[in-house]
Amino acid sequence: MNFGIFLEQIPDEGIAWWQNLASGLGWTLGTAFFAWILAFTLGSIIGVVRTTDKRWLVRLGDAYVELFRNIPLIVQFFIWYFVVPNVIPAVKAWVIAADPTDFQFLTAIVCLGLFTSARIAEQVRSGIQSLSQGQRNAGYAIGLTQTQTYRYVLLPMAYRIIIPPLTSEVMNLIKNTAVAYSIGLVELFFRTREMAEMTFRYFEVFAAATLIYMLIAFSANRVMAFIERRVAVPGYIGGGK
Amino acid sequence: MKKIMTIAAVIVAAGFVTSAAAQELTGTLKKVKETGSFTVGYRESSIPFSYLDDKQQPIGYAMELCMRVVDAVKADLKMPGLKVNLQPVTSSNRIPLLQNGTIDMECGSTTNSVQRQQQVSFGPTYFVINVTAAVKKNSGINTFADLNGKTVSTTSGTTSVPLIKAYEKTKDVAVKEIYGKDHAESFLLLADDRASAFIMDDILLAGQIANSKDPAAYKILPESLRQEPYSMMLRKDDPQFKALVDKTVGAIMKSGEIDKIYAKWFTSPIPPKGINMNFPMTPPIREAFKNPNDKGVQ
Amino acid sequence: MGGLDFAVIERALPYLMRGLQYTVQLTLVAALGGTVFGTLLAMARLSSFKPLALAAAGYVNLMRSLPLLLVIFWFYFLVPVLVQKLMGWELPPRIGPERSAYITFIMFEAAYFCEIMRAGIQSISRGQVGAAYAVGLTYWQAMQLIILPQAFRNMLPVLLTQSIILFQDVSLVSLLNVTDFVGAAVKIAQRDSRIVEMYLFVAIVYFIMCYTLSFMVKRLQHRIAIVR
Repeated sequence: MNFGIFLEQIPDEGIAWWQNLASGLGWTLGTAFFAWILAFTLGSIIGVVRTTDKRWLVRLGDAYVELFRNIPLIVQFFIWYFVVPNVIPAVKAWVIAADPTDFQFLTAIVCLGLFTSARIAEQVRSGIQSLSQGQRNAGYAIGLTQTQTYRYVLLPMAYRIIIPPLTSEVMNLIKNTAVAYSIGLVELFFRTREMAEMTFRYFEVFAAATLIYMLIAFSANRVMAFIERRVAVPGYIGGGK
Repeated sequence: MKKIMTIAAVIVAAGFVTSAAAQELTGTLKKVKETGSFTVGYRESSIPFSYLDDKQQPIGYAMELCMRVVDAVKADLKMPGLKVNLQPVTSSNRIPLLQNGTIDMECGSTTNSVQRQQQVSFGPTYFVINVTAAVKKNSGINTFADLNGKTVSTTSGTTSVPLIKAYEKTKDVAVKEIYGKDHAESFLLLADDRASAFIMDDILLAGQIANSKDPAAYKILPESLRQEPYSMMLRKDDPQFKALVDKTVGAIMKSGEIDKIYAKWFTSPIPPKGINMNFPMTPPIREAFKNPNDKGVQ
Repeated sequence: MGGLDFAVIERALPYLMRGLQYTVQLTLVAALGGTVFGTLLAMARLSSFKPLALAAAGYVNLMRSLPLLLVIFWFYFLVPVLVQKLMGWELPPRIGPERSAYITFIMFEAAYFCEIMRAGIQSISRGQVGAAYAVGLTYWQAMQLIILPQAFRNMLPVLLTQSIILFQDVSLVSLLNVTDFVGAAVKIAQRDSRIVEMYLFVAIVYFIMCYTLSFMVKRLQHRIAIVR
């Protein structure tokens, strides 16, 4: 066992192995960050839509969630990366012109974003539905429109209630970025494998990756716990702490 | 010097193996004797070395040589009923899977390099390739220098990856690399115009092109990044098994039988589609058959 | 690329079905094994013997913080070598990707099933445990006869939902070159250059199967809700 390997230079690249892993970590966090913004926005919209009184909107929202929840992530990656450019000529033209790294990055963000948005939509919906009908009625009673009722009454409550499940979705998202290695995105898991293959130090390299992923999970958990404490609703589970 | 020593080893081994049955078994042979099974690692798209036919069975030039080794193992251990497992591997997992005991020998298109010899051992060189690039004929790319600023695909875990990086550095050329998980995927990136070139071993490129929908659309650049020997990969520090491999494969080469096997895979139509690689023996390959050796590329 | 050619699927169907069979088999074994080990882990986490509870919690948190892919690679590449070192053998044992996948998924899913079963056990009121001890049952008897059957029934929909997720996650073994359903499709897709058709086919089959299964789980949930 020799952990000094991380300080050694990569042949022909002019940087050390640890810097290569760090750059992978950067891609992992960057992908997760943008995918989360996309997932949170889309997931909120679709989650809300599924609780409105418009039948066709609810159906559409349900269909969206079922579509992205019932296909394995890796298959979704293959679809975005290989199938979509092949069936939509405009995408293909853009892919050929674009920098391949940009395309991999964007594919990963869109794929993970939509995949995660379906899960967030489900949480948002159940969060809103867990509130009593009285809250919605109260909003309407004081003369708020449906949009205003969501904006000022239902959503502020619902989001705070679903912070624990959202925490696991953040962690899942970060972990799921590893699947993006299958389309060649140079994120942490790609760099881990690359380093293991080139240096043959599988044990040390995988141990380091394990440690990094644990640290990310731990930090994500702490950040979400902090947010949870700050916004806790008095009288609700976790709010009394 | 190393070559001489290897030949010496083969000669010594020849005498040694015949008496192996009487000797105490070690390493792979001992494991095979105890478990009653032997596992061959193969590739799924290294045409024509080791690839799947239309019944999803691995076949090819390397597989044929390896099966001769398997026969020798059976004879040597007096185990005609030896169970032979076939395990697919990729460029990126073949070495750890050999080391961790998942496979006992890898039969594919593995470059024998000095760096890899620190981890694994190799049988006699059975092919010699040049690392080059496949491009589309209509791309206007004729040299490596033309690739400046372009996207190139290659297969992760291969010796081509560091070669491209070294080339970029020495020739002041900048390319963007994208990686396929296996040769078929890397080639697909070229076929789909996602990459302007696929950088790989010439023979593998020829195999992918021959197997493609429109073989006439591609060409292979005449330049070479490096010449590399191929061989079957064995576990390191396993002299008994290595001696058996060297003796078996060396005998095929010395007797001239290798010419027939070579012709079968490289200058005749091969399954599944009946394509012909049209790849006659080059001088370095002829030399490798004349003097069987396991010398790795630097 | 030319037109789409869905006949390629028909030709490859037996091979694809064998892959699907492996996927289903691996899912079932991992779900059952994961439930058994997960339940044991849950009992350990709830144990009053602190070191045991801590060890179980550590294991569960470790597994849950790692990407499944990383765990799959750990088990596939490194466990045979670790076994060799521990046992002092000359060569590592041959575990192989299929067996390695079974072990990996059971160990990995156990952590997730543990958390479900823990919630299930905690959903049973403490009074029942007390009552069980009062009539002279031992810990194992109380668990086996009183607590676990109820916990299991309460959590059945969640366990099944997790199993559907597992069914999808199994597809990651295709990256180890195992011929599961996705692995089989990838191989055919690359060999015949029919990526679009094969990947769409895989997506549709998965969708139909998972959608049907989750629909059935929802129905079951309603039935159980009434019984309770």
